[in-house]
Amino acid sequence: LQARALTPQTAETDAIRFLVGTQSLKYDNQIHVIDFDDENNIINKNVLLHQVGEIWHISASPSDKGVLATCYNKRGLETDATCALHAIDRELILTLAVSSADSKVVTCAAVWRMPLELEPGGQDSPEDAASPAHALELLCHLEPAARGSTACVAWEPAGDGKRVISLADNHILLWDLQESSSQAMLASSASLEGKGQLKFTTGRWSPHHNCSQVATANDTAIRGWDTRTMSQIYCIESAHGQLVRDLDFNPNKQYYLASCGDDCKVKFWDTRNVAEPVKTLEEHSHWVWNVRYNHSHDQLVLTGSSDSRVILSNMVSISSEPFGHLVDDDDLSDQEERRLEEKSQEPPQDSVIATYEEHEDSVYAVDWSSADPWLFASLSYDGRLVINRVPRALKYHILL
Amino acid sequence: AMAAAAAAPGPGSGPGDSPEGPEAEGPERRRKAHGMLKLYYGLSEGEAAGRPSGPDPLDPTDLNGAHFDPEVYLDKLRRECPLAQLMDSETDMVRQIRALDSDMQTLVYENYNKFISATDTIRKMKNDFRKMEDEMDRLATNMAVITDFSARISATLQDRHERITKLAGVHALLRKLQFLFELPSRLTKCVELGAYGQAVRYQGRARAVLQQYQHLPSFRAIQDDCQVITARLAQQLRQRFREGGSGAPEQAECVELLLALGEPAEELCEEFLAHARGRLEEELRSLEAELGPSPPAPDVLEFTDHGGSGFVGGLCQVAAAYQELFAAQGPAGADKLAAFARELGSRYFALVERRLAQEQGSGDNSLLVRALDRFAATEIVERVARERLGHHLQGLQAAFLGSLTDVRQALAAPRIAGKEGPGLAELLANVASSILSHIKASLASVHLFTAKEVSFSNKPYFRGEFCSQGVRESLIVGFIRSMCQTAQSFCDSPGEKGGATPPALLLLLSRLCLDYETATISYILTLTDEQFLVQDQSPVTPVSTLCAEARETARRLLTHYVKVQGLVISQMLRKSVETRDWLSTLEPRNVRAVMKRVVEDTTAIDVQVGLLYEEGVRKAQSSDSSKRTFSVYSSSRQQGRYAPSYTPSAPMDTNLLSNIQKLFSERIDVFSPVEFNKVSVLTGIIKISLKTLLECVRLRTFGRFGLQQVQVDCHFLQLYLWRFVADEELVHLLLDEVVASAALRCPDPVPMEPSVVEVICERG
Repeated sequence: LQARALTPQTAETDAIRFLVGTQSLKYDNQIHVIDFDDENNIINKNVLLHQVGEIWHISASPSDKGVLATCYNKRGLETDATCALHAIDRELILTLAVSSADSKVVTCAAVWRMPLELEPGGQDSPEDAASPAHALELLCHLEPAARGSTACVAWEPAGDGKRVISLADNHILLWDLQESSSQAMLASSASLEGKGQLKFTTGRWSPHHNCSQVATANDTAIRGWDTRTMSQIYCIESAHGQLVRDLDFNPNKQYYLASCGDDCKVKFWDTRNVAEPVKTLEEHSHWVWNVRYNHSHDQLVLTGSSDSRVILSNMVSISSEPFGHLVDDDDLSDQEERRLEEKSQEPPQDSVIATYEEHEDSVYAVDWSSADPWLFASLSYDGRLVINRVPRALKYHILL
Repeated sequence: AMAAAAAAPGPGSGPGDSPEGPEAEGPERRRKAHGMLKLYYGLSEGEAAGRPSGPDPLDPTDLNGAHFDPEVYLDKLRRECPLAQLMDSETDMVRQIRALDSDMQTLVYENYNKFISATDTIRKMKNDFRKMEDEMDRLATNMAVITDFSARISATLQDRHERITKLAGVHALLRKLQFLFELPSRLTKCVELGAYGQAVRYQGRARAVLQQYQHLPSFRAIQDDCQVITARLAQQLRQRFREGGSGAPEQAECVELLLALGEPAEELCEEFLAHARGRLEEELRSLEAELGPSPPAPDVLEFTDHGGSGFVGGLCQVAAAYQELFAAQGPAGADKLAAFARELGSRYFALVERRLAQEQGSGDNSLLVRALDRFAATEIVERVARERLGHHLQGLQAAFLGSLTDVRQALAAPRIAGKEGPGLAELLANVASSILSHIKASLASVHLFTAKEVSFSNKPYFRGEFCSQGVRESLIVGFIRSMCQTAQSFCDSPGEKGGATPPALLLLLSRLCLDYETATISYILTLTDEQFLVQDQSPVTPVSTLCAEARETARRLLTHYVKVQGLVISQMLRKSVETRDWLSTLEPRNVRAVMKRVVEDTTAIDVQVGLLYEEGVRKAQSSDSSKRTFSVYSSSRQQGRYAPSYTPSAPMDTNLLSNIQKLFSERIDVFSPVEFNKVSVLTGIIKISLKTLLECVRLRTFGRFGLQQVQVDCHFLQLYLWRFVADEELVHLLLDEVVASAALRCPDPVPMEPSVVEVICERG
């Protein structure tokens, strides 16, 4: 099945777990909960039904494992397009879907709860025992109120999972979720004015500044917003030569932002100085759809592109970790590792660590695992999910 | 006969005596006589061995051999010869013996006669020597007498000679004294007449004497007088010197005289320079005034002439005079002059530069060179030369940019007029030739610096460093580099949406760089090397490096061109996909206008690129076959692909099929570097466009007719695009992918009949 949406289960810190949303017009769409057993190298899969429509975007609640939000495309005859908050029992997930009304296709978002029984069952059940598909429990819709299609939803990264941003056409909507309830209150919103049809393509919530900043992308520009006042704080005009596809904040350096786009480039910005990118990578040979910082080692940057490659880069020069960090007070027993370390004593340089070419179709989503910082998954359009690890040598290099 | 034969060798004491064998002839005998003499003198061994007739020197039967054994010989004769022959050889031998005897007698007689005559000669010599001895004795006595006489004469004359010498000394002294006494009056007279030179010479002559004898009162008086006069003289000189208007040569004379008068050199030197400065600054001011605020200044030539004759001439004179006068000052003095000249020179050149900048021209080097020629200070010349080089480099860059601007305008103009095809090749030729002629002009004018008749051209700097480092490296290589950089900067300008640089310009520049790589660079460098016979050994940038740079630039430009053009087309496609409502499309009747536009644009690009680049290679396939294969291929494939989607029980088949198909096709690098030919360029552009189409299609949802429209469009593109690309399989692949994706994004995929598709496309 075709798939575009991938997210790590953010609240889960023990198991390596990814959520994948499928995108199909003909069948019931599903959310696959994928567990990766690191020790045995086994992948467990649980299927949740997402009958509302095809999933374009998915994000898991940072605080509650069971809750997720999706952006989905909904086809049907009903005229009202909806956003929904789904829940899997105690686990919250946010998905995005598209719905078509009469002749219209509308994307909407909802918050869902994953069913409870999945948790114990998921670990024991054999890999493809086709455990009965559980339906998601709908918590609430994030109703765009005739504001058009929702492109993206994002949870407040550090909060208690109560605040969600959704981007609909040219509006930013900030929602407050009521405690344990299925009620979403529109807290505030802002909209982008300008000539032509402005549409947000993506957005990210900054983990810094007490989570008061959100960055969004529309066309070739990147904008920063303050969620308290819902006003624009900075704007990188023509950040990329063409459409900006994705953004990510450096988890450790509050002003650093990575972006990628259709000009095949990945750029790193200092939001205090938006005139020039700090650094530009040009490794891909087609549009870059996804860029992700590693959550704990921000020199590791992952990018996925429609040239079907995933590239892991080592951006030492703009990471938060000091260069001299790897001076040895270690007790390395292994001679080989010591040699390795000696080699790495040379001034570190920004470099491509690895290029993964397992995919045969465009890669639309990559992300790091929330539990194991050395693990990441990538998802291509043909539905193939690949889980990879950071090369061992590099891992030791960073750790030691 | 036997006895006779035996007896004959008997008296022969050595082998030489023996008569010849039967084969002996006349000349052979004479040689035998020589052989005997040689034997006598101990030469026999070598000689005997050297004989040509004796094949074996050890042969005992050889009459002339050293190892002749009579017995063996006789035996041999007796055994081998008949009687008659024996008789013959006997008579022969007897005759030979006789001849030998008479020969010997003659020789002995001759030798005896010679000995007698030698004895006579020796006796005569003895007598002659005795006579000579007597005469020598007499000569010796005569010489003794002569010496005696001479001594006596000189003793007599001694007295008088001494007196004469003394008198002459007194006379000279008196003349000197007279000069001294007259000195004050003479000096006064000289000063009055203004013959300062004469006065200084007198003073110089007298000074030492006066100083030596100043303890005598009379001399002291004279000295005092002289000093007074000299002081006056010096004062007058100084005054004249300070008045200044008298011009450099006279001033120099004054200084020279003052120096001779023993005035402190330091002070004079300072003063001299100060004066010179005053004068030169005046010149500068007048030049500056000419420059003035009013733009219509006099002709450059006039200006330079003026400056050259006035200022530069003056400066040269000053420098020459200074060096002559203060040579004794050592390095300190020279430094002072250098500083002085540098300061004024730089001001002058600043003026000249300003003037030239006003004129916008690159200036006439010939005049400058001529002016500089009169300069002694090498440093200044070097610096000026460097400045000129920099100036020329700027000029070249400006010319390059100017020609680029021209090209831009030329590109823009016909488009406004609505005409197509502004003759890119022609423009290219124009640009190339104008740049080349600029370079040549610069080289020619710089070449003046090394002309034969210019004196400083012989200095090592100009022969070596100037040629290689200056002209070759900084001017020519620098220009080529900057040209590449300028060109590359067109690629790097960020953020522009296919806008700032017209794509045709990119294309043109790329071709220009490529031409440079293939021919022009090496041509220019050869030209330079020939004109400036580079003797310097310092490392120079090899041609290959520059060529590589130019090639890299050309490649980047072309790649950028592909990106820009691809972007233009893909924007078009994207807009067309994004803005349409695919769910509610009506059944397709036509190919969409966008697709026709895409094909038109691609054709236009094809023409454009074709003007500048060669065709390139494509995978051979005849047009007919490809057309047929496509229709068959696509219809069968489409059937194969869509079929499983009707049976929901096998959802994986779709993926499986497309995956299997992908396994057999190569991965397509969309933004891959291009080669320097038309096909490669167009392949790049089409790849970019189609990939965009694919990605856009995947983001949309299609109704049944939407899908069919996509199908029609793709077929249309297929029909027209294959001819542009290197490998048409690529177009098939991408377009199939587009249709397949559209089918996936369609909830109700009912493909159109291929025949209908074809009909629509042909109608379109």
